[in-house]
Amino acid sequence: MHTLYHGIENIVGNVLMLRAQDVGYGDLAEVSFGEDSSLAQVIQLDGDKVYLQVFSGSRGIPTDATVRFLGHGLNVPFSEDLLGRIFDGSARPRDGRPQLDAEPVGVAGPSVNPAQRIIPRKMVRTGIPMIDVFNTLVQSQKLPIFSVAGEPYNPLLARIALQAEVDVIVLGGMGLKYDDYLFFRETLEEAGSLSRTVMYVHTAADPTVECLFVPDLCLAVAEKFALENKEVLVLLTDMTNYADAMKEIAITMEKIPSNRGYPGDLYSQLAARYEKAVDFETAGSITVLAATTMPGDDVTHPVPDNTGYITEGQFYLRNGRIEPFGSLSRLKQFVNDKTREDHRKIMDRMIQLYANYRSTEEKRSMGFRMTEWDSKLAKFGGLFESRLMDLRVTLHIEDALDTCWQILAECFEPDECGMPSELIEQFWPTKESGAIAQESSGTP
Amino acid sequence: MNDSASSHGTIDGVNGNLIRVTFPEAVRQNEVGYARIGGLRLKAEIVRVRGRQCWLQVFEDTSGLKVGDPVDFSGELLSVELGPGLLTSVYDGLQNPLPELAEQAGFFLERGQYIDGLDRSKVWAFSPGVQVGDTVRSGDAVGSVPEGMFTHRILLPFDWRGEFTVRDISPAGDYTVDTVVAKVEDASGELRDVKMFQSWPVKKAIQAYEERLRPTENMSTQVRIIDTFFPVARGGTYCIPGPFGAGKTVLQQITSRRADVDIVIVAACGERAGEVVETLREFPELDDPRTGRSLMERTLIICNTSSMPVASREASVYTAVTIAEYYRQMGLNVLLLADSTSRWAQALRELSGRLEEIPGEEAFPAYLETVIANFYERAGLVRLRDGSEGSVTIGGTVSPAGGNFEEPVTQSTLKVVGAFHGLSRERSDQRRYPSIDPLDSWSKYPSLVDDLQLDETRRTLRNGRDVEQMMKVVGEEGTAMDDFILFLKAEFLDEVYLQQDAFHDVDGASSADRQQHVFGVIHRILTTPLTFPGRDQARQEFVRWQQMAKDWNRTPMEDPGFAEQETKLLSSVEAFRTDS
Repeated sequence: MHTLYHGIENIVGNVLMLRAQDVGYGDLAEVSFGEDSSLAQVIQLDGDKVYLQVFSGSRGIPTDATVRFLGHGLNVPFSEDLLGRIFDGSARPRDGRPQLDAEPVGVAGPSVNPAQRIIPRKMVRTGIPMIDVFNTLVQSQKLPIFSVAGEPYNPLLARIALQAEVDVIVLGGMGLKYDDYLFFRETLEEAGSLSRTVMYVHTAADPTVECLFVPDLCLAVAEKFALENKEVLVLLTDMTNYADAMKEIAITMEKIPSNRGYPGDLYSQLAARYEKAVDFETAGSITVLAATTMPGDDVTHPVPDNTGYITEGQFYLRNGRIEPFGSLSRLKQFVNDKTREDHRKIMDRMIQLYANYRSTEEKRSMGFRMTEWDSKLAKFGGLFESRLMDLRVTLHIEDALDTCWQILAECFEPDECGMPSELIEQFWPTKESGAIAQESSGTP
Repeated sequence: MNDSASSHGTIDGVNGNLIRVTFPEAVRQNEVGYARIGGLRLKAEIVRVRGRQCWLQVFEDTSGLKVGDPVDFSGELLSVELGPGLLTSVYDGLQNPLPELAEQAGFFLERGQYIDGLDRSKVWAFSPGVQVGDTVRSGDAVGSVPEGMFTHRILLPFDWRGEFTVRDISPAGDYTVDTVVAKVEDASGELRDVKMFQSWPVKKAIQAYEERLRPTENMSTQVRIIDTFFPVARGGTYCIPGPFGAGKTVLQQITSRRADVDIVIVAACGERAGEVVETLREFPELDDPRTGRSLMERTLIICNTSSMPVASREASVYTAVTIAEYYRQMGLNVLLLADSTSRWAQALRELSGRLEEIPGEEAFPAYLETVIANFYERAGLVRLRDGSEGSVTIGGTVSPAGGNFEEPVTQSTLKVVGAFHGLSRERSDQRRYPSIDPLDSWSKYPSLVDDLQLDETRRTLRNGRDVEQMMKVVGEEGTAMDDFILFLKAEFLDEVYLQQDAFHDVDGASSADRQQHVFGVIHRILTTPLTFPGRDQARQEFVRWQQMAKDWNRTPMEDPGFAEQETKLLSSVEAFRTDS
């Protein structure tokens, strides 16, 4: 079974070719040379020719390296002890602690039977008003954060990792800058959240091949936790690096590129990962949030474009804020009728008013005269941005809804805010709490 | 599944889901084979033969397959089982019933699990339709069973050539699908068994009918912009391309509920599983407004979502269209909704890439156009031998990369369909639903309403849009009053007729009668010459009329308020008629 092979015939890119018998497609092998060794995976069988993709790259591999086939595919050790641990893209510990001694589970397993899926029913509270109130994240949802380089998508993910009301966080870093990796680690450590988190991090300096396994490792572990009745949130950053790693490897493998060099199966590959998001009727759930940087801020670029067709909505992170326009949670209507009776109405009205504020701003910039209504909108827009849109704001959804009412009360009279009367009666801030507000808003 | 393998081969190479197999005896192109691994058998299909080697695409994950592993060839092409029990089923692309798979395997779709498409233990109440001595031909009914609200005809297998004489026919009674219910004698005197079901290769069209007819009859979808402006005929084809988030799937879901056909087949091909789940969980609860029975009774779902194996994604649209053709043979009108054909085309691209074929545009195979054309050509209105008519209508969504319609799948599809419902990101951003672009879309089928009136309306819309573009440059003040009114009229048409609230019980479902009536009124308003004292007043009036017309849209036709509101609307428009 564990025959040792010598004599590598070809080395092209990260792929070795040697001749061997009785090797299974997708099996792992250990390539050893001198003091070094690396894992490799069988990616093609052609008669007795076996093609191996080397995880750590082919640099320095001699043609007489020793290859030992392990007789199984890629797997990852799983137990409760994973929590608090950090691994690399080959599932080796990155935190200086010993390798976990646990039952290995296979990665990239079969997909969930659609007949076993259920209609989503529970929200994931993140404490971020732009998500909780305006585009509620729902258990089993898969959502990308469309952003561009330079935007604070990693700090946003870290905040969500700290605040989200879930049992387990699985964080996957692909092509992460080392500084960003340290940032995640320190932030989670300081807040004491590391104990409910497991991280698989591939940094930009690590071998490209390892980048490919990060989502699979994360999702395999998440799936096991979910089957043990845990509500799991998987955070992935950055999926564009992942797609680029696929592109790099596909091209060195001489696969025919389809769009801007990406392999033709980009959609299927991304979908296979995102579709792991699920709510098991009799067990836990997996929710996926994935940062996706848009090269050149272009949403029609193949990566964000294919992602948009797969995911259930998207968040746009621009100018350090989650954009209220364009951002969309397709599943929010399944849950936002169960939060509080004013949720849907005030969510819509706040966005409409904010849209009016934006057009007022346009008018102002073109030098038109501002009416009294315009000034009210301007004040509204300012408060909206500082009290809700600012990424530093953390509010429980109930408090966030109250803040919405407070902002309305500070800017408008009850009869001009456009909310239904019965909700105004119930939620309009009372004189005492809104006293300052009344003063500053003046009379129309 | 058939265990009697016709021949065997051995694996010689594995690349992704493609395996190369050396075979000792003859094989057929597109024959089904099973790769054996451990105790499992993985279904595969021959896609290329070269010398003594053939290539098979495996419908499952190929991990663990080794060179030297055995492959059993079945001698049969990829087929589906056709018989009573198809309706209300939820199948994967290879006709495995998903709920039954779940009972067997739990949450996940483990590889190598296959279940018969038709339940062998269920009994059906058969009534004979022929007598001993009768002459029958392929596609003729020998009897029938009730299936939900339909009479399911038991048909003589479609590939039997010539005439047959009935020698034995079972009496009325309860039988399972694999019971022999009739014995017929062919020209050479050989007796053949007729069971209650037959198998049919999915990539071959069923043609056991008298002739194909030109589709002309409107298939009502109760969506105004479709039925009036871009109609679909029974037996016709249409496509819905659109960028993500423009509402393709919602439009398909609405159509699957409201379309005026007997049977709806939903082929969820490579899209989100969550969307199928909504159909799966909601349809059994919803009533079919036409019959008052559960919507699920007329629905069949073929579900091969994006994370399921790519090769069976390709098979899924063929499975769906074959079942559609089968029900057409019973004189029924079938609508096949494929969401999305782009994912199917991508499955072809993946296979083509692995076969190292020379790529065409965007790496799609050169034969993409032919494959798409052949698929849509399987739609059609036919007259059967007994004089009744049946139809298969195909509506496919297209998901163009980057929302750009100038890509191979959209372009190949446009060449072969009869109607084009192009969804626009601009309209969906403005929340103008359904977001079908009223200027770019087209249809070659006849509308519900008068052609001349429709042309006039279209002209109003187009000219109004031109004015709008001009107004962005010269401002409202620089626009002539007549042009401004034209713009308002186009806007009015858009707001009250083209847009529709899909979630409103009355507005969401506009019957053919209602559309004809409402369109007449709208046309009258659009052609009324109007004069206003100023632009502001014109705008105010139009906004008021819009509001009135929208309320009118939300009033049931049989409600007394309907006529009242109509009169009120018309008289308030008349008040501004030129010279009045």
